Amino acid sequence: MSKTAFRLNVNGQDYEVLVEPRKLLSDVIRDDIGLTGTHVGCEHGVCGACTVLIEGKPQRSCLVFAIQARGQSIRTIEDVADENGDYSTLQQMLHEEHGLQCGFCTPGIVLTMEAFLKSNPDPSEEEIREALSGNLCRCTGYQNIVKAVQKTILRGHEEDKEIASL
Amino acid sequence: MYPSKFDYYRAGSVSEALSLMQQHEDAKLLAGGHSLVPVMNLRLATPPVLIDIGRIGDLKGISSVGGSVKIGPLTTHAMIEASADVPALMSQAASGIADPQVRNRGTIGGNIAHADPASDWPTVLTALGATINIAGSNGERSVGATDFFQGLFETSLEENEIITSISVPSHGEGTGSSYAKLFHPASGYAIVGAAAVITMSGGQCTGASVAVGGLTECATKAPSVEAALTGKALNEATIAAAADAVAGDLTGDILSDFQTSAAYRKAMVKVYVKRAVSAAAGI
Amino acid sequence: MGNYIGKVVKRVEDPRFIQGKGRYIANLNLPGMSYAAIKRSPHAHANIKSINVEKARNMEGVIAVMTGKDLAESGLGTLPCGFTPPDIKLPPYPALAIDKIRYMGHGVAVVVAESRYLAQDALDLIEVNYEVLDAVVDAKKAREEGAPQVHEETPNNTSFYWPIGDKEAVEKAISEADHVVDLNLINQRLVPNAMEPRAVVAQWDDFSGEMTVWTTTQNPHVIRVLMSAFTLFIPENKLRVISPDVGGGFGSKIFHYPEEIIIPWLSKALNRSVKWVSLRSESFVTDAHGRDHVTNCKLALKSDGTFTGLYVSIHANMGGYLSLFAPMVPSALCLTLLNGIYTIPAIYGETYGVMTHTVPVDAYRGAGRPEASYMVERLINIAAQELNMDPLEIRRKNLIQPDAFPFQTQVALVYDSGNYPGLLDKAEEVSGYQAMRAAQKQARGEGKLVGIGVSTCIEACGVAPSKAVISLGAGVGLWESGSIRVHPTGMISVFTGNHSHGQGHETTFAQVVADELGVPIENIEVIHGDTGRSSMGLGTYGSRSNVGMAALSKTAEKIREKVIKIAAHQLEASVEDMVYDQEKGEIHVKGSPDKKKAFGEIAFACLTAHELPDGMEPGLEETSFYDPENFVFPNSAHICLVEIDRNTGEVEIKKYTAIDDVGKVINPMIVEGQIQGGIAQGVGQALWEHGAYDDQGQLLAGSMMDYAMPKAGKLVDYQVDRTETPSPHNPLGVKGVGEMGTIASTVSMANAVMDALSPLGIKHLDMPLTAEKIWNAIQNSGS
Repeated sequence: MSKTAFRLNVNGQDYEVLVEPRKLLSDVIRDDIGLTGTHVGCEHGVCGACTVLIEGKPQRSCLVFAIQARGQSIRTIEDVADENGDYSTLQQMLHEEHGLQCGFCTPGIVLTMEAFLKSNPDPSEEEIREALSGNLCRCTGYQNIVKAVQKTILRGHEEDKEIASL
Repeated sequence: MYPSKFDYYRAGSVSEALSLMQQHEDAKLLAGGHSLVPVMNLRLATPPVLIDIGRIGDLKGISSVGGSVKIGPLTTHAMIEASADVPALMSQAASGIADPQVRNRGTIGGNIAHADPASDWPTVLTALGATINIAGSNGERSVGATDFFQGLFETSLEENEIITSISVPSHGEGTGSSYAKLFHPASGYAIVGAAAVITMSGGQCTGASVAVGGLTECATKAPSVEAALTGKALNEATIAAAADAVAGDLTGDILSDFQTSAAYRKAMVKVYVKRAVSAAAGI
Repeated sequence: MGNYIGKVVKRVEDPRFIQGKGRYIANLNLPGMSYAAIKRSPHAHANIKSINVEKARNMEGVIAVMTGKDLAESGLGTLPCGFTPPDIKLPPYPALAIDKIRYMGHGVAVVVAESRYLAQDALDLIEVNYEVLDAVVDAKKAREEGAPQVHEETPNNTSFYWPIGDKEAVEKAISEADHVVDLNLINQRLVPNAMEPRAVVAQWDDFSGEMTVWTTTQNPHVIRVLMSAFTLFIPENKLRVISPDVGGGFGSKIFHYPEEIIIPWLSKALNRSVKWVSLRSESFVTDAHGRDHVTNCKLALKSDGTFTGLYVSIHANMGGYLSLFAPMVPSALCLTLLNGIYTIPAIYGETYGVMTHTVPVDAYRGAGRPEASYMVERLINIAAQELNMDPLEIRRKNLIQPDAFPFQTQVALVYDSGNYPGLLDKAEEVSGYQAMRAAQKQARGEGKLVGIGVSTCIEACGVAPSKAVISLGAGVGLWESGSIRVHPTGMISVFTGNHSHGQGHETTFAQVVADELGVPIENIEVIHGDTGRSSMGLGTYGSRSNVGMAALSKTAEKIREKVIKIAAHQLEASVEDMVYDQEKGEIHVKGSPDKKKAFGEIAFACLTAHELPDGMEPGLEETSFYDPENFVFPNSAHICLVEIDRNTGEVEIKKYTAIDDVGKVINPMIVEGQIQGGIAQGVGQALWEHGAYDDQGQLLAGSMMDYAMPKAGKLVDYQVDRTETPSPHNPLGVKGVGEMGTIASTVSMANAVMDALSPLGIKHLDMPLTAEKIWNAIQNSGS
């Protein structure tokens, strides 16, 4: 089948793309939309480097044809820091706790854990590790990633307290 | 990473999907894509036509109907995991499927239509006595889970049929359940899985439904285990003895691969039946 | 002391990575880019009877299709081997197979097309007619009579033999010993699986006659030398190799790979930019694998546990061809570490380098040293068990003492420094070893299978000096370059020949230079991975970046000397009276702190050049080429606790304590990160990972669905601590940290599992210690 035109909403912006139906969402985000922070580490849906949020939920963009996501809202790593370029608390904590080394798996981990912390704001270490099980990291041994997530939660509690005391 | 070319059609309704299927005999249905796309990426599957049913709203969601729960085939594992309406066994099993990304996109219907012997739903639905409701060009029909799963990647779905819902009976009072699974260290699929639904009354097991999967070509009921449990006061010894009886329920070849032998699977299924039954009975 | 060395400095490379702005090659898109895909053999051993590429060539969107024959006829070279011990037999390694396949995954043809999807489509149109032949995949079987032969050049499939030590003395020690532990073991094959797949982009510039190649390598300069001298024959001055952000290497990105020949060759032939990005399924069958040794080893002891001799014989699987440093790994990098941290009066080791029909095997995190530690530390644990001694006590009895340095080993090396008893004491204390043993006793009483794993390992890093490396068989010396360019505004560009692919050199190297010159770290940028910018260097592997840091330290000394001379001139004082305050970055006259010049003022003076001493050249830029006097030797004591599920054989990690002496620490946060990640990788080998082949050379664990990588849910928090004995072999006292976690954790974990199983009379199981393997052993033990 020849190329098909459709609309994707990526990071709040609409993009008209013209691609073959077989083109994977990961490739469309990277090649056609030009957002290369979504990495591709394997083509069989294991490593999690290509994780993006589709309708708010972490999913592997290498296992989705872009055309399946037409009209849906997609969020990539490029949208995590705010418009001033300020990092999210999780990004900041990954930096402070040395939760990354080569950086290749990092965007997928950021998106997975950002969504996880929204749905489970006070997880145990075991729950954090389980939530990370779809993201492979060969560098860190995960310890500092887990620590960064825990620090993110603590920071959230501190902010809650500050708000409560106002 | 680069699947072969295919023609893509999007079905807006079940009837549209059925008519597209009739027009394109080689077509494959695309739901969440988590069974199909990985093999297409590796070009191990090269379907010429895909019919995307992923947006058919009627096929997604969970509803309670009388004494049973109706689950749309496009319901994701994550939706089942989070649902308070499905039997506890289903949400527990869903939480152990692969990882969050898979659970957010993979669907129960896609999973059972694919009928991977190592996946969890066939075992769980078999133990729950679920019914698979199917629509086809010749009308609608319903099949019990035990008849639906027929072999290795094989179901009773005909070429021009589509799953429209899965009905699962609700448990009564005094019924407990559990799914226990030996995870493959790489894929997270079940090397063996055991699902148990146990009804207890006055310390006695008054009802038992047990199914196992992962080790044979398709999930199977374990009537010997059920018989050995029913009417017994359950304790570690009676459960262990019942679990050992599972050997008699395994039909056909026991699966083996370069990482896991048939002998190990055969031994492990007893362990995991015991674990599932014990947890279901609260022992 | 300085402001930065030894302190936690957050990484300067993080901001781009946490925002998804890493500069990985897959993200590079050039105008007019074309895309390559490679047709690979599905067979391990086969004759290519014919290849028909016509259909692919005629497909719309296809620019070119080339075969191995086309490539050979174009006059390009074969992939070189950079470590050649005496009498090695070196079969040529063509980038694309010409008439014979010797491993599953070797390329037979390449397609260039207008998109990656089209290139992949065209591969399906290439018809290859194979005559499939019997294969051999096991190093030991490959040397048996009648085994399928991999190469005519390597009779009995043996490429080289590498002995070291005193065989007679060891035989005597064994024959006279009170006790001998005799162990056959397999150190299984691993697939590296760095998260970023390899990639190559080549851009031929017909106007200037220059080639630029972006490649995911740990050592761009080395690759450029090899391309110039052996494969592409493009003069080095016309060839630029860039290795930007690289998503992990672990050794697998050291080597000169076929695609680094094929892609530039196509770019020049087609006069277009060409891009190739490996699929993960390609990575599994093309990235050099690791380990794969079949070994017999023996430890001779007195009845009191004193070591008297060590014998080792290794069959090392080299795969279908000799990868760049492959022969070095099981020989010079492995057998020279047999001494461990012990006094062993007699040691002998030998290695057979064996060709098989498998993916070439080369360095993987630790490279030879984990294999050495695995043998020694397994033997010691079994000895302890058999002599009924505590594994800590038997080690303590044999440790090299702190006053014994420099220590000449029985296997060529001279150890630099260490306090091995202190290290072991600390591990015992921090891990709560004695309490763990007491708890273990109780748990065993309850029928639980609880095990405590102990290891004390040593590693040789910064392989050097060049004279010694060459005498061992290497084709290059292993020195390092470091340049410091001080800009007139006082901003500083630092150039290193090392490469960072996760290690954080942009931070740690800046820490070193900042302290050496007394400038704020924000003023420094560390540049690496580009032959067009840095001077010749040898790259990063074997925990050798300490050499690059040392080079920069030397360079900074030169900068300081010049700065002092200029300050003295301007302050009208003598050079001998000047004090360079490295904390403040000021140069003042001794006793007169107000008579001073700031570093920035001097930097600017080097631009204006009107106030320099007579005869001094303007500019402020220096380079050093540092060739270390010797290796450095990090060492470790790791202790871990596991529990085995008796019913299933599954291993649960309960606790892990790592005490490492990596010498002087530049950045403790990064050191701990390296140890943590290293531990996870070693645990992966011990428990899960195995690049298993069937007997016809099909890689069975060929995807991440089969090959079990360590995941977050199966690991625990490691307790990481240190001792510190600076190395006199390095001007900064640094030893190296990249590999120790892996070296130590592999055998610690194996020892823990075997300790758990020891009450059942189980002596040894080969890794990976899978649930099924353990369960089988429990069943067979009759308990």
